[in-house]
Order: sequence, then C-alpha cells, then structure tokens
Amino acid sequence: MQPGSRSKVKSSVQRTLRNKLIETYPGLEPHIDEIIPKKAHLEAMKLPDRATLYTIDTNTLFFQPFDGPPIPHLRLLHAFPDALPKVRIDRGAIRFVLSGAALMAPGLTSAGGWLPEEEKALEKGQVVAICAEGKEEICLVGQLKMSTEEMKEKGKGVAIDEGHYLGDGLWKLNLD
Amino acid sequence: MADVAEGGPPAEPQARHIIYCGVCTLPPEYCEFGGTTKKCEEWLKESHPDMHERLYSEEALNANLSSLSVSARERAAKDAAKKEAKAALAETRDAERKAAAKVQIKRVERNKRKYVTVISGLEAHGLDNKKLAKELGKKFATGSSVTKSPTGSEEITVQGDVSDDLFEWLVEVHGKVPEENIELIEDKKKKGSS
Repeated sequence: MQPGSRSKVKSSVQRTLRNKLIETYPGLEPHIDEIIPKKAHLEAMKLPDRATLYTIDTNTLFFQPFDGPPIPHLRLLHAFPDALPKVRIDRGAIRFVLSGAALMAPGLTSAGGWLPEEEKALEKGQVVAICAEGKEEICLVGQLKMSTEEMKEKGKGVAIDEGHYLGDGLWKLNLD
Repeated sequence: MADVAEGGPPAEPQARHIIYCGVCTLPPEYCEFGGTTKKCEEWLKESHPDMHERLYSEEALNANLSSLSVSARERAAKDAAKKEAKAALAETRDAERKAAAKVQIKRVERNKRKYVTVISGLEAHGLDNKKLAKELGKKFATGSSVTKSPTGSEEITVQGDVSDDLFEWLVEVHGKVPEENIELIEDKKKKGSS
C-alpha cells in the first residue's frame, strides 16, 4: 500500500472525531488525552477505497472506511489492549488470519477460541479485537459480520472479513 | 500477558510499549507465522534474550504443538515451510534485481550549451522519485521534477548540468545504490553536432 496525500485536520473536525471515538469505544476514554493530546494536530491520509487514516506525526492512530466507524490501528491497540471488546480464536486459525483470510466462526467457537457470555454478547457491526490462543497480543481488528450469539448457534459462516490484521498493507505502511 | 510490557494498572492509564520484531515487524510471538521464522529467532536472541528464552523454550514450543491435532499440525508445518521458501525466494530475487538494476544519469542537451540531467532507474533501489526530485531541487537550487520517459517509466529531470555532482551525491547520501551500478551517460549524438 502506498501512502497517499496527507492533509491537516481542522481542529473542529478533530474535536468531533475525538468525541466520536469516545462514544464508539468507551474503553478508550481514560486514555484519550494520551492518544490525541489536546495540543497535537491530527493528519488525515487518504487510502485506497475511500478510507482515511488518521495520524499524529508518524504514529498511526485510526483508520476510517468510507461508511464505517473509525477502527483503531493495531499498534494503538497493542498500547491500549483493553479498549475494545475481545474475542479469541484458536491456534489453528492464526495462520489463516495472518495471511488475510476472512475469519470464520468455527475458529471462535472451537475449544481454543472464546466468545463472551450471553449477557455480554456482541452485536453485528461491533468492532472487536481478536487475540489468539496462547498469544498475548491482538492479531486482528474488524467489524463483526454476525452477532456472537448467532455464531454460537450456527457455528459456521464468516465472522469478520476485511479486518485489519498483523502484517497487512496497513500494518506495513511506512509513514516517513 | 501484561507482565511483559511496562503497563500501568488500569487506574493510571498509560500506554504499553511492546517490542516488535526487527525482521518481520510483527510482535515476536507471531514471528512463527511470518515466513522468516529463523531470522526472527536470531534477531530476538540477539536483541531481547529474555524474551527469546520465553518464546522459544522447549516447553513453549511443545505447548504450541500439543494444542493442535496431528493432521492439522502437519498441514500447518507444510504451509509454514512453503511460506518460508517463498519468502526466501522473494528475497534472493529482490537482491538479484537490485544488483542488476542500473541507475542512469543522463546529460541531455537542450539548446547548444544548456543541459538537463535525467536520472532513471531509482525505484529499483527503493528510492522514491518524487521525494528525491524535491531534494535535488533544493540541493542544486534548480528546477527538478518527475517526468514520464518515452518508455513509460518515471524519471527525474533536473535542470542544468549537474551529472557529476549528482553522481557523488547519490553515492554519498544514498548508500543504498552501489557505485558501480550508476552509469553516467552523455547524450553523444547531440553532443557531436554541437
């Protein structure tokens, strides 16, 4: 992926974005001043498919698809791992995820995987962080294509596609 | 496992700083899926021995294996081997291409005693034409732009005859380009007529 043109974000837009982030990810609220310091100036970078990437200097923070909510970059998630609801995949699925395949429900429902209990069930469209069995760090972030309850029920089908995974173009994007 | 990084308790929010592999840029625990596992392991051993010990100890490796069924393990191993071979091949090919790729610095006559300098073939050495053009313009205080050559590839055109200085500058500042790969060409045909 090639870095596109960059432009400064207006401070008013930055404020709205900041509020939107807190609204979408309540888990980020205590950290927001650290992620987007009041004085810092966000920069927006254009990515293919009308997505926008928000950065401060050379730190990538969020990317936003044209029609979706902002999604935190994995490096940010590694710094603040508790910001997003988490699910876990089993070991067998890791290599498929890291080569860019869509995440399928069996990887989550099997013995090594983990889904939240019924009370904390996640809805379709929610942005979740995916960690892996036996690993500490998050390996994928994306929007759920079906609710976690549905996954438990059916046990098959696509759970997440078009996520941002370790080693994809966005991860390797070099900003300097 | 928050104990690896210097993470503060949730009451005092603080960014964790985690280590990324210097070879494949992934967090080291994911190196095994990156295709350059051997190199990653060496890198980790050198720069973060404690982490290496934890991740590549006998126990850890066994624990990794035991969680998969035999057939799945075999498939995964096969896949990993394939990926590794692919990565290695790509690397050698890249190196070869780089070794073979020539950078041409051409002096083209524009108008009797006026020249422009055209540089082509820089992309192969991982240099960005656009950025370099800007840099050159600043360095020589002349116009410098990225143009399309007749063959369709991109090249940098610097106004004025700066070929000798440019040669030295390229070697000095951008060590990535080996000296013997840079060719100086003077446009002979036109030169003969002048």
